[in-house]
Amino acid sequence: MRLAASSDMVIAAILIVAMVVIGLINPAFWSLDNLFSLLKSNVVIGIMALAVLLVMLSGGIDVSFTAFAVAGMYLTVRTMVDIGYDGVVLPLLAATGIGAALGLVNALIVHKLRMIPLIVTLGTGAVVRGLVLGLVGTSIVNINKMPRELIAFGRSDILTMTNAGGTTFGLTAMLPIYLGLALVLHLVLTRTLIGRSVYAYGASPEAAKRVGFPIGRTLVFVYVTAGALAGLAGILQSAMIWQANPRDFLGWELDVIAAVVLGGASIFGGRGTVLGTVLGVFILVMIKNSLILMGIETTWQRVVVGGMLIAATALTALRDRKALV
Amino acid sequence: MTTETTPAKPAPQKTETKRNWFDTNLQLAVVCVLIFVVMALLNPRFLTPYNFQSMGFFAPELGILAIAMMIAMLTGGIDLSVVAIANLAGIAAGLWFQKAGTGGIGMVVGGVAIALIAGTLAGLFNGLVIAKLRVTPILATLGSGQVFTGLAVVLTGGPAIVGFPQAWNAIGNAKLAGVPVPLVIFAVICVATWALLARTPFGLNLMLIGTNPKAAVFAGLRRSRMILYSYAFTGFLAAIAGILLSARTNAAKSDYGASYLLQAVLIAVLGGTNPAGGKGSVLGVALALISLVLLSSGFQMMRVSLHMIDFIWGAFLILVIALNAWRNRKSEG
Amino acid sequence: MAPLIELRGITKRFGGVTALDDVSLRIEPGEIHCLAGENGSGKSTIIKVISGVYTPDQGEILIDGTAVGALSPPLSIAHGIQVIYQDFSLFPTLTVAENIVLNSLLKDGRRAINWRVARRDAIEVLERLGVQLDPSATVETLPTSGRQIVAIARAVLADARLIIMDEPTTALTGKEVDNLFRIVRDLQYHGIAVLFVSHKMREMLEISERLTVFRNGRKVAEGPISEFDEPAITRAMTGRDLTARRYDWVPTRGMPRLELRSLTVPGEIYDINLALMPGEVVGVSGLIGSGRTELALALFGMRPGYRGEIWLDGKPAHLQTVQQAITEGIAYVPEDRLSEGLFLPRSIQDNAIAGSIPGYSRGGLLDFRRARADTLDMFKAMQIAAPGTDAAVSTLSGGNQQRVVIGRWLMTGARVLILNGPTVGVDVGSKAQIHAIIHGLARDKGLAVLMISDDLPELVQNCNRVVHMQQGRLTGELSGDALTEDAVGDKLRFRG
Repeated sequence: MRLAASSDMVIAAILIVAMVVIGLINPAFWSLDNLFSLLKSNVVIGIMALAVLLVMLSGGIDVSFTAFAVAGMYLTVRTMVDIGYDGVVLPLLAATGIGAALGLVNALIVHKLRMIPLIVTLGTGAVVRGLVLGLVGTSIVNINKMPRELIAFGRSDILTMTNAGGTTFGLTAMLPIYLGLALVLHLVLTRTLIGRSVYAYGASPEAAKRVGFPIGRTLVFVYVTAGALAGLAGILQSAMIWQANPRDFLGWELDVIAAVVLGGASIFGGRGTVLGTVLGVFILVMIKNSLILMGIETTWQRVVVGGMLIAATALTALRDRKALV
Repeated sequence: MTTETTPAKPAPQKTETKRNWFDTNLQLAVVCVLIFVVMALLNPRFLTPYNFQSMGFFAPELGILAIAMMIAMLTGGIDLSVVAIANLAGIAAGLWFQKAGTGGIGMVVGGVAIALIAGTLAGLFNGLVIAKLRVTPILATLGSGQVFTGLAVVLTGGPAIVGFPQAWNAIGNAKLAGVPVPLVIFAVICVATWALLARTPFGLNLMLIGTNPKAAVFAGLRRSRMILYSYAFTGFLAAIAGILLSARTNAAKSDYGASYLLQAVLIAVLGGTNPAGGKGSVLGVALALISLVLLSSGFQMMRVSLHMIDFIWGAFLILVIALNAWRNRKSEG
Repeated sequence: MAPLIELRGITKRFGGVTALDDVSLRIEPGEIHCLAGENGSGKSTIIKVISGVYTPDQGEILIDGTAVGALSPPLSIAHGIQVIYQDFSLFPTLTVAENIVLNSLLKDGRRAINWRVARRDAIEVLERLGVQLDPSATVETLPTSGRQIVAIARAVLADARLIIMDEPTTALTGKEVDNLFRIVRDLQYHGIAVLFVSHKMREMLEISERLTVFRNGRKVAEGPISEFDEPAITRAMTGRDLTARRYDWVPTRGMPRLELRSLTVPGEIYDINLALMPGEVVGVSGLIGSGRTELALALFGMRPGYRGEIWLDGKPAHLQTVQQAITEGIAYVPEDRLSEGLFLPRSIQDNAIAGSIPGYSRGGLLDFRRARADTLDMFKAMQIAAPGTDAAVSTLSGGNQQRVVIGRWLMTGARVLILNGPTVGVDVGSKAQIHAIIHGLARDKGLAVLMISDDLPELVQNCNRVVHMQQGRLTGELSGDALTEDAVGDKLRFRG
């Protein structure tokens, strides 16, 4: 725990240094307007990062969560449009449920067939995406057709302000949802036996079995929760951008995994914290969004994110260097 | 823990690798024939020469990427950057033609050389990060894939590069004695890779390192150097795939062939490659490629949507995993 | 009072191999019982039967006098049986306190964790065991002895009535062993029975009250410890009286084959001075962590930062990589055959030529014909019984596998052979043959052999000299008449 805490401190320090540097290059970074919009960009990727963190803690890696997010979002929104239903709570639950059900499939395959999670989730991701696009449709549900209440929900702010130019801006109400989920997950991971079993299984699957942890239940918890979070992230995204695009989230896998790794989680399992992940997400989103502020062309975005991932993993590899001999 | 000793079994036994090799490939061959027969029965147009020729033009790109993936998996790694490398190699050649002009066979040779060098360098980069910095292959190549794609975007500014010379297009579209040139190239690569893996010290090194990396160190194998070479070779193969892709479509772009990544992994695993290392065969990958290309071409003829074909590929991957798990459990007793 | 646990007529087969053959074992409440046997005698199989990992093919298990059907790990734990495996089965990234309490939380079917209570419980158990450990340190930062204490504390907190310890002293120094014995007696005082699984004679005689001996999957002896002495236990374990035939080496003059001059690897070994003549077999005794393996690794080019000098046949050698060491004629047979020595699914031939692949390159291709011929030669030299060079090495017996690992180095022109636990997990018959082969290599081919072993009789019989290592330094040497099992054992046991 002490170790985890110190690792979180390092990440926080990196974050502060990065913020100071960006602020020096362009003081506009510190405007509330910019900070609020940064926080807003944290929500969807952050919830997905919580999902990936869970899987990584158990020693696996998940690349199917974007497909699950699409399924949760698109199936729900399309159904709402088709039956003319409008609302918030039920759709959120539906998308979460769809994600959870798909996560259960991942859990069963990983547990029963003992295949590397990366390969399994590559497969399930392709299956789900293929089914959504092939059977449900490829058309984008745009703002004209999107359910009103869902949009209103996505637009709601918890705090509105007016800047010098007279335009108003606000802090999205989705932020407390994200932070609330993070807090709950943090409590579950640190205070409950099922949460600790994730760490235990990730640290040493063999020992976890011998000690008598119900491994199947642990894996179901990991993948179902991850799927549920992905589904919820999907529908929140559609509410926030006012459209449901079945081709959304393509290529997000990298950003999310990079954020989690930046946050100090180990791909070998058993190491990582919710706080670190939240900080990692913030660093990644901040740097991506600040490229323009820093006068760097957006074409460099991918190079920067990829480079950050390699640098972060190289550093963690130095940290948990497992010598072969 | 103490080890239980078991008496030697008297019956002569082939190595597990060889027996598995035979079993896997026999199974694949049967699957291949089955798919062929079913598709031929379902589609009257399936058996036309045109159909096979068109498969012969587009399948090799994928097949080469799958072989590259298999090489990375032999040492227990994976290369998620192969498609990015392929695109980067095509773009590098495209830029060369834009700068140097398109006339003359010498220019085309230069373009091929530049594409191959770009791919090999990209692979070397992966190898350095994985073998020297000890970054997990998944994360290293996920990250480097973004870097390569990002560089491709930066180099092209976004849109596709067009205007490749005629001779370049011929690599992807011409026929040699009635056989599509890409297919000829694929066959050559298959034989060469097979020889490399089965007949050279390098191949034996990779197999042993993948089987037991610790024992490899104690046997004096140059583990990190061999891993470095294997990723360089993977990058080299990806570059060939990039040449074929850009030659066939007469264009190079940073986001071509995105779906190839999953398919390459699938074909490698389906072909009997063990993602944990130490096992993989060129013949298996080739048979897996043929099965899947026959399958998707048949479905396309039946006007099944491309998305459903993606679904079928994914489902196939899960099915193969299930089959392998079942077979392993059976052999464990 | 009914025995705590009683096994009657247990038989367990794996394929065609009978690991346990009609075996019985009885453990009384609160007794310290020793289970002795050589590697492969069925000790670890019976542990797994008791802990519910294996279901026996025949026989019955009684706990507190009542027959229980099939045991499973959770069921066995519920009956108060806790196993401490050699690897301790701890979670390296979690803290000491959490490792200690997880078991009992799990056993009680808890869902939530109150960290204050958990930490208090952990500290309480550690205090009860009379040890000081920082409960908030992560387990990965602890030395072996500390991890063992965490594993014991975990078992105690989970209301253990029987704690099974699998070879618990292998990695401990003398002091640590004393401490462990103190804890074991304390456990007994609290009414907890301990099954001590070991092959170390002195420990059995010192700590246990009753002894059961296994050989080849059968129970061959049982009784109060007072009925046994060392020769009796040896006889029971090996089935024969050990003939004390030594490796007789006539000292020669001349150039040492291998000479170490103040060899130092910071943090591991310090100031090692040692010379081996051709044909000499020098044993290295010492506990795990004494630097004995690190000495071997330094000679094998795996400690490139070493200081001091290594001379081979009168020439200085620079051993910065494994490849350099091999080229210089140094061969190393690692400790763990399965994880460090062999490529199990690959053929014997691939395993044999693994150390000399570059030598089989002809025009960039592998020369399979020569590789096969050389492998067959090696079969002859090592007396390997195998169906052919193509057979997977996993199909061979432990003894034959070990011969392949040793034989690999005959093909590299080795001058110095370093053996780390040369006969671990090898059956008795094969063991004698391997020893004879090693003698032959030293005597006839003039190899200098450095033999690291936990097996005292093995050291005494096979070496003309045994050096002792402790905390990275050479601290003693025995040869000639002074070289006896007692003398080596004393060094190991009482100078820690």
